[in-house]
Amino acid sequence: MKIIVNSQPVEITADNLKTVLTELGYEDGRIATAINGDFVPEGLRSKTPLNVGDRIEILAPMQGG
Amino acid sequence: MEFYGTKIESRLLLGTAQYPSPDILKKAIQASGSQIVTVSLRREASNGKTEKTGQTFWKMISDLGVRVLPNTAGCHSVKEALTTAHMAREVFQTNWIKLEVINDNDTLCPNVFELVEAARILNEDGFEVFPYTTEDLSVAEKLLEAGCEVLMPWGAPIGTGIGLNNEYGLRTMRAHYPNIPMIVDAGIGRPSHATLAMELGFDAVLLNTAVAKAGDPIKMAKAFGTAIEAGVLAREADPMEPRDMASPSTPVLGTANFGASPFHEPK
Repeated sequence: MKIIVNSQPVEITADNLKTVLTELGYEDGRIATAINGDFVPEGLRSKTPLNVGDRIEILAPMQGG
Repeated sequence: MEFYGTKIESRLLLGTAQYPSPDILKKAIQASGSQIVTVSLRREASNGKTEKTGQTFWKMISDLGVRVLPNTAGCHSVKEALTTAHMAREVFQTNWIKLEVINDNDTLCPNVFELVEAARILNEDGFEVFPYTTEDLSVAEKLLEAGCEVLMPWGAPIGTGIGLNNEYGLRTMRAHYPNIPMIVDAGIGRPSHATLAMELGFDAVLLNTAVAKAGDPIKMAKAFGTAIEAGVLAREADPMEPRDMASPSTPVLGTANFGASPFHEPK
């Protein structure tokens, strides 16, 4: 199905947030996730199903002021 | 000095953005003596597409052993700020959050109405909020009522380097809340601005661009650390009050009289 990851359309086979991170190569490192504007804690990713058109944000540490 | 029960020695909070290179950033942090650096969250490409710069950055910061203060930079609403704060707490493993809710991109002025509401919700959710605010006392009062134990009034709009744009307002704020830890955040361009903030009695300053965009960021970081120390010492030393009339510092008793005009005789 097609979802939006960090504003880019992506075709995926995974059906929940945890597995889609693996599919897209985000399994390592510190990241945080949100779906459709709502934060999804790490512990809930495997229980969070994905639907067509979902907007996922995957954020990592970055320089800031 | 304590922020939410955590004792801090250094009164300089340093931003980590806009440096010429990661190595210069690292050396600037070390030269500044800062124990707290600000960080943020941004999108990162997935594995195999580009280098994971965020993870590299995080390892460098972790190795320095400094505390991090994540920000919500770029957020324009309560909803955006709340989501970003929760994501930051998970990534950085801290309840500290530098809460920015921006009104418009020209001034980067805080949207104080959304700021207070976001602060209230985050404080109730266990965050320890460092709100980027103005020097307006009514907003400060609302932030304290919302549970904030630290206030961060702006010196001037972010990135301008103007310095303390409303010294009267900041002095009034300090006097009105003598026991609330207060950090002058943003707008500081030169070490003398930071010294003035400390002379006014503020507990710390938070800055980024003034160091990152200096010709020699490492030297400027050291200059800020030294300037802040000078301001603290000056404050503790109880500076003299300014006066309108001149007053000779050299003793007048025993001054020679060479027959000059009586208008020039010591009085």
